[in-house]
Amino acid sequence: MPAPIRLRELIRTIRTARTQAEEREMIQKECAAIRSSFREEDNTYRCRNVAKLLYMHMLGYPAHFGQLECLKLIASQKFTDKRIGYLGAMLLLDERQDVHLLMTNCIKNDLNHSTQYVQAWLSAPWAAWAHQRCAETWLGGGGETAENLKLLPEKKGSSVCRPRDQEGARVDGDVPPSHQKPAQREETTVNCLELQWKEILGLNKGRSGSVLHTSVVLLMLSHFRKLVPQLVRILKNLIMSGYSPEHDVSGISDPFLQVRILRLLRILGRSDDDSSEAMNDILAQVATNTETSKNVGNAILYETVLTIMDIKSESGLRVLAINILGRFLLNNDKNIRYVALTSLLKTVQTDHNAVQRHRSTIVDCLKDLDVSIKRRAMELSFALVNGNNIRGMMKELLYFLDSCDPDFKADCASGVFHAAEKYAPSKRWHIDTIMRVLTTAGSYVRDDSVPNLIQLITNSVEMHAYTVQRLYKALLDDISQQPLVQVSSWCIGEYGDLLVSGQCEEEEPIQVTEDEVLDVLEGLLVSNMSSPVTRGYSLTAIMKLSTRFSSINRIKKYDHMRPALLERMPIMEKTATNGPTEIVQTNGEAEPSSLESKTLPPVTQPTSQANDLLDLLGGNDVVPVIQTAPPHKACLCWRRTAGPTGRSLSIRWADPCSSPARVHPHSPAFLLDGPPLTAPLQ
Amino acid sequence: MKRKRLNTALNMQFMLLFSRQGKLRLQKWYVPLSDKEKKKITRELVQTVLARKPKMCSFLEWRDLKIVYKRYASLYFCCAIENQDNELITLEIIHRYVELLDKYFGSVCELDIIFNFEKAYFILDEFLLGGEAQETSKKNVLKAIEQADLLQEEAETPRSVLEEIGLT
Repeated sequence: MPAPIRLRELIRTIRTARTQAEEREMIQKECAAIRSSFREEDNTYRCRNVAKLLYMHMLGYPAHFGQLECLKLIASQKFTDKRIGYLGAMLLLDERQDVHLLMTNCIKNDLNHSTQYVQAWLSAPWAAWAHQRCAETWLGGGGETAENLKLLPEKKGSSVCRPRDQEGARVDGDVPPSHQKPAQREETTVNCLELQWKEILGLNKGRSGSVLHTSVVLLMLSHFRKLVPQLVRILKNLIMSGYSPEHDVSGISDPFLQVRILRLLRILGRSDDDSSEAMNDILAQVATNTETSKNVGNAILYETVLTIMDIKSESGLRVLAINILGRFLLNNDKNIRYVALTSLLKTVQTDHNAVQRHRSTIVDCLKDLDVSIKRRAMELSFALVNGNNIRGMMKELLYFLDSCDPDFKADCASGVFHAAEKYAPSKRWHIDTIMRVLTTAGSYVRDDSVPNLIQLITNSVEMHAYTVQRLYKALLDDISQQPLVQVSSWCIGEYGDLLVSGQCEEEEPIQVTEDEVLDVLEGLLVSNMSSPVTRGYSLTAIMKLSTRFSSINRIKKYDHMRPALLERMPIMEKTATNGPTEIVQTNGEAEPSSLESKTLPPVTQPTSQANDLLDLLGGNDVVPVIQTAPPHKACLCWRRTAGPTGRSLSIRWADPCSSPARVHPHSPAFLLDGPPLTAPLQ
Repeated sequence: MKRKRLNTALNMQFMLLFSRQGKLRLQKWYVPLSDKEKKKITRELVQTVLARKPKMCSFLEWRDLKIVYKRYASLYFCCAIENQDNELITLEIIHRYVELLDKYFGSVCELDIIFNFEKAYFILDEFLLGGEAQETSKKNVLKAIEQADLLQEEAETPRSVLEEIGLT
């Protein structure tokens, strides 16, 4: 059999394939050749074949038949074989397969190999498999490996020391306690670490960076709080020390180690006052002395800030941290701005005042080009709004609402409503803000805002005239934004008399006749842009005006719909909150059968009256909906059964209605998680 | 992807290298996952990262992880870290790895990594262990790789000599 082709050849050949099918064909052919070569137990070319298999595996093709071959390679004495064998084992096997257990013997032997490099890079596979099952086997199996771990500190070669320590610690950390005697585990780890630490201190004179590095990793246990002063000293030396070219990154000595130590300090100082106090100075020193012109300096500063925030630091230090974040916000690098905004968002609850100082910078970030930065700036801005800055902030946020992407508009609008509700300085300002949102981002406003807004409007009694006037004017301009139209028609229905009376204190009253108002409302009814719900609102408004307007002749033509409209309402269930997900669920769907049985008993013929109603509402669409507005107003329910019940119009209805989001083409999809409402009941 | 780990400085879950066309050039996983899961994650993540516009941040949130990615010429280097980790230092780690590759291959390009993927793995394993930087000295990493390469060559030479004489 001819020698199998080399890896490079294979790669070159596969890259010439022009289609996926061609590539697959080449791969299959090669796999077949490799399989037969494996069957022949060919030692010479096994390494080459496994390497090719690994390449094919990376392209996404199955390579499981190579697993055992990797084991054979590992067992081989040749260095190349071992290298590829371990790589293959790491890539093709994971802890869930039993095959890796066969390797334990090999690994144990290799740990004592004559060449230190073999030992050294064994740590990578060990790292890959230092998971539960492996660890169980290795540690449970007579504790041999644990013995090996203990021997570590005695090995002088630093390149060997470090990886094995690290893996030893990982193994300990990963095995669940039930598989080890706790005392034994503690003892082993502590012994190892203590010995190691002594050795490190001895070696430290030569600044053996990686050994330091690894031992820092190992110290992640709370026993070692007493070592905080020593860690502080190491960090100090690191910062003050001279230039070391091999550890240097852009003028900063060994930033990876610095970050490690800071992270360790963070863990050790977490809920401990004494440790936190011991680190105050060094943290302040790092925070003020680190060079910030490059990303690496900022990385260290960022880690320092995270540490300060997590430990029990004094307030001066916290303010320093927040100021650093504030400086980050002014940085040209968008990554750093992003990181600053994220961190500030986490701290705004606890250090509110300090973050307030950077409010203007944060608000500037609203104009950033990057989407994630804008989103975070928006969230942070809402978190910073309070009674004092509401006017200024709202101006900026409304401007942002105008110009931002559609994905943001819903969240921004909700945020504006929420903030306005909490901190509005005056009712007029509040109404104006609402108007502004409705007119600029009206179609993105969430469904539940409509009832909320209506409730708000009814509460500001003295503003009714002003409100209805403004809403009317907005309606004249634009009837495409459904939430705006719904709120407007409701208000007109409710306060139409104020509108035509021409009394308004807040602004110039407009002269409107009853006919004009009715024209507008009827226009909504027939417009293509109106959703069925909107039509419902306008129809109700027209009906209401029959009690408020004097010229009721126009309204008489709708009389035939009265019976259908004034049907006895079904049982309403109370929704606990005003959240959107509860809106229709409880009423519409909860017990469709009982509702149906309630209204169907007299088998009714659809009368022409109901038909008219149906036609008006746009045919077969279901128009369901029931929603209880926050306090306990009665609800309107649209049904499509006939059956006159006759009810006098003097009963007032309050009918904030809502609808499933699918009726609103523009509204966000948060919805109703339940099934769509049932078909008509007749 | 939850896994109990020691709370070390950087909990990197995986690193992926892929081209602008979405072809995978290197994958290193520091968490145990089945082949199927790995493929799924790779596919989704590659799509997400390739959809990013050039001016956007190097960080994004994906599932419950933070993804740090950086493009070097035609290759994307993509790392997944956990929520409490430092994104900026991860960028430095990526950069350090690229520098190591560059030093080793001499002005590294994508083709080098394609044709010598096993070497790329070896270098990565020498630098990162369990997802964390274990050797912070560039010199030492390269020295270790050099030595390993030498050992490999020494082992191989006898065979090729014999082949040349035609004795095998």
